[in-house]
Amino acid sequence: MPVYIGKRLLVAIPTLLIISIFVFSLQKLLPGDPILAMAGEERDPAVIEFLRDKYRLNDPVVVQYFYWLGGVLTGDFGISLRTNQPVLELILQKLPVTIQLAVMAMFFAMLIGIPIGILAAVKKNTFIDYIANVLALTGLSIPNFWLGIMLILLISVQLGWLPASGFESIFVDPVRSLQTMVMPAFVLGNALAATLMRHTRSAMIGVLSADYIRTARAKGLSPREVILSHSFRNALLPVVTLSALLFGELLAGAVLTEQIFTIPGFGKLIVDAVFNRDYAVVQGVVLCTAVGFIVMNLIADVLYVLLNPRLRATL
Amino acid sequence: MTEAPMTETPVLSVRNLTTSFLVDGEWKSVVRDVSFDVHPGETVAIVGESGSGKSVTSLSIMRLLAANTSRIEGSLLLSGRDLLSISEKEMRGVRGNDASMIFQEPMTSLNPIFTIGRQISEVLTRHKGMSKSEARAETVRLLEKVRIPNAGARFDDYPHQFSGGMRQRVMIAMALASKPRLLIADEPTTALDVTIQGQILDLIKILQEEEGMSVLFITHDMGVVAEIADRTIVMYRGEAVESGPTEEIFHRGKHPYTRALLSAVPRLGSMQDRKWPTRFPVVDINTGETAEPKEVAGTVDTRKTPVLAVKNLVTRFAVRSGLFATQTGSVHAVENISFDLFQGETLSLVGESGCGKSTTGRSIMRLIEPTSGDVALDGYDVLRLDQTGLRDMRKTIQMIFQDPFSSLNPRMTVGAAISEPFVKHKLGNAKDAKEKTADLLRKVGLSPDMAGRYPHEFSGGQRQRIAIARALSLDPKVIVADESVSALDVSIKAQVCNLLLDLQQNLNLAFLFISHDMAVVERVSHRVAVMYLGEIVEIGPRAAVFDNPQHPYTKKLMAAVPVPDPARRGIRRGISNDELKSPVRPMGFQPPVREYREVSAGHMVQVA
Repeated sequence: MPVYIGKRLLVAIPTLLIISIFVFSLQKLLPGDPILAMAGEERDPAVIEFLRDKYRLNDPVVVQYFYWLGGVLTGDFGISLRTNQPVLELILQKLPVTIQLAVMAMFFAMLIGIPIGILAAVKKNTFIDYIANVLALTGLSIPNFWLGIMLILLISVQLGWLPASGFESIFVDPVRSLQTMVMPAFVLGNALAATLMRHTRSAMIGVLSADYIRTARAKGLSPREVILSHSFRNALLPVVTLSALLFGELLAGAVLTEQIFTIPGFGKLIVDAVFNRDYAVVQGVVLCTAVGFIVMNLIADVLYVLLNPRLRATL
Repeated sequence: MTEAPMTETPVLSVRNLTTSFLVDGEWKSVVRDVSFDVHPGETVAIVGESGSGKSVTSLSIMRLLAANTSRIEGSLLLSGRDLLSISEKEMRGVRGNDASMIFQEPMTSLNPIFTIGRQISEVLTRHKGMSKSEARAETVRLLEKVRIPNAGARFDDYPHQFSGGMRQRVMIAMALASKPRLLIADEPTTALDVTIQGQILDLIKILQEEEGMSVLFITHDMGVVAEIADRTIVMYRGEAVESGPTEEIFHRGKHPYTRALLSAVPRLGSMQDRKWPTRFPVVDINTGETAEPKEVAGTVDTRKTPVLAVKNLVTRFAVRSGLFATQTGSVHAVENISFDLFQGETLSLVGESGCGKSTTGRSIMRLIEPTSGDVALDGYDVLRLDQTGLRDMRKTIQMIFQDPFSSLNPRMTVGAAISEPFVKHKLGNAKDAKEKTADLLRKVGLSPDMAGRYPHEFSGGQRQRIAIARALSLDPKVIVADESVSALDVSIKAQVCNLLLDLQQNLNLAFLFISHDMAVVERVSHRVAVMYLGEIVEIGPRAAVFDNPQHPYTKKLMAAVPVPDPARRGIRRGISNDELKSPVRPMGFQPPVREYREVSAGHMVQVA
């Protein structure tokens, strides 16, 4: 197993390098000059020149890249052009917020999607399956922002059960933290739940018609044993991989969700950075997201191998 | 056998079993009015072709069909208890306990994510109320009983760590765990290689004696029936058309279908006095009249140069592993084989899974890149052709594959599939292609107006005829037939073999006939090459190889083929659990230099 993980990490290095080049060059291609934005209304050529020198913007692009990469590798993502805070500090501040949101959203997605998917597969082509599919389609079609606003109106404004916005760290006040996060996580997890449900359903339908399920039934096992023990673990294999891929979607969704619920997370950080042409922050955030995505995929691959004895032997 | 009082109560009594499926809102019966008994200690075989309802009968007995889309009527008494009147919950107490079942596909019938030990002990904890440790001890005993070597150490192994034959042993151990009174075996050896089939049949016979259970054996193979069954039921289109003691059925079968089925069965040794390949006798299913088989005239002219000459062909695949996928060994799939094939001749390559027979066929066509050697095909130096030359060369050699269901594109009309090679090789205009297609359809015994239909509208046998027509569309000289009749029902198999023989007569084709079925090979071949672990161990004229086999492997292979003769019912091959060996070799492996001895004219056998 350590060899397998090591191998996967080695493969991740070139991937990350390519992403870093891509992220760095894309920034250079974008219109707009941050120095002009910083220099203020007067645009004093001396000030501009001083700023260009200070941020090494007069060096060739390749040199700029290596300065930047060298910094990144030593944990220095640069200084935010906007707030003058180190980018790393900003990221470490916002990251836990978004991780909490993502984990809770994934929890909701699995809690809703997987059991309904199993139920729909077992009751294939019945009324229950039909209802589940309608629900899934509805979940997929409802836009995040609309559902978020409706929930705020209903639960926060009308009923006053949950706060409409804001954030509290889970380490400071866990109850308050969960209260503020439940609605955003549900909104974010909702669309994923539908995707998970559809995939769980089709994986389960495939497994339920497998020869070894017939064998399990021929042994005299109960439907519960056949479905939960013999079928579900096999159907879980593709669902695990999918969940890791969905994690990317989760981050994209988080941007919008954090805006609606005014959560000071990663999504808000990146939106603000893009609007302010805060190069260093955008670069740091995108790179961090890429690392997160790669780590999630690695976890999914390891889980896949652990769940699948045929692959376990090859480790 | 345990000395239970021999009452007249049958273990299983089936009366007027009718099973229907709900298809598009209508109930369609697939098994009609079937009645039979299975007595204690007895083996009853249900034999029939695909679609005859034999498997549905067995699944009906176990009530394993989907409850909402199937309906079972009649009465099913298991030791006097009516299985159709008990609840599903009570039925679960019967399955795997009073009656258990083994299936056709050992490769897919075990759950891949659980250890085999867990899957067997599940039966014991479920039905016998054993604790985990008791179940473990009993499972190891069962694994020993089915002769799995080193049983104790294999409890925690997963299915993928076992070969097909060993997995079927695991299935048998699972089925026997609760000492059932009835074992239903649904085509348990069909997916296995012939020597492994022999082992499993022996094992079932021995265990039946030891445990005293009754066996209901479902099969399409008359050879297996003859070897194992006390009584036989012949099913045809959902009905039991004939039943009786196996010997009666074989020697005095009354129903025309029984006779048609038996005459279509290839019999090893039936060609002893014949010089040339021989057509299968064709029996009218309605009347039972047999048209005597014609011997095919000689088509081979060995004075000319061979149309295909293979010299020292080697094909190896790299085996990679480790951190950087470094090569750690090679699969020696084809190792230094040489043979000639003449115009109008059929050379068969026979052997079991992994012997390299299919790789040989594909290497010759360069569908796989061979490692070294020479292939001369009608003037082409095949292994040194560039892409253009290769394309041109494929006009001379064509292939027919095993599975007629997956080898035709479902979205292409049959006419388009047949004419595609003709059009793509620019051999004529659209009108020529159409005429060619019509002509080919007639040649393979179909009607030209079928060209506009899609593959799903045809039966398996018809599809294989279409695949043959497609292979013929470039007027090739050589056809590689890779297990081309193996997936077909016995009567269809006979027809397709006859078609191939007719085509050879009319078009002077050379066939490289790749097959694991010794009886079919005996019927259609001029010469035979026996392959084992990538090498030809014996090659020669068909009569010489079959009547006077020299190599130990050839002898073993022939002895394992079930012969449809009930007199062989007592046959035991001696308990053995030899596995098929693997041709994977470590890096730097030097294949030994082989020597061949000439037994008689053209009959060569490997000696060292």
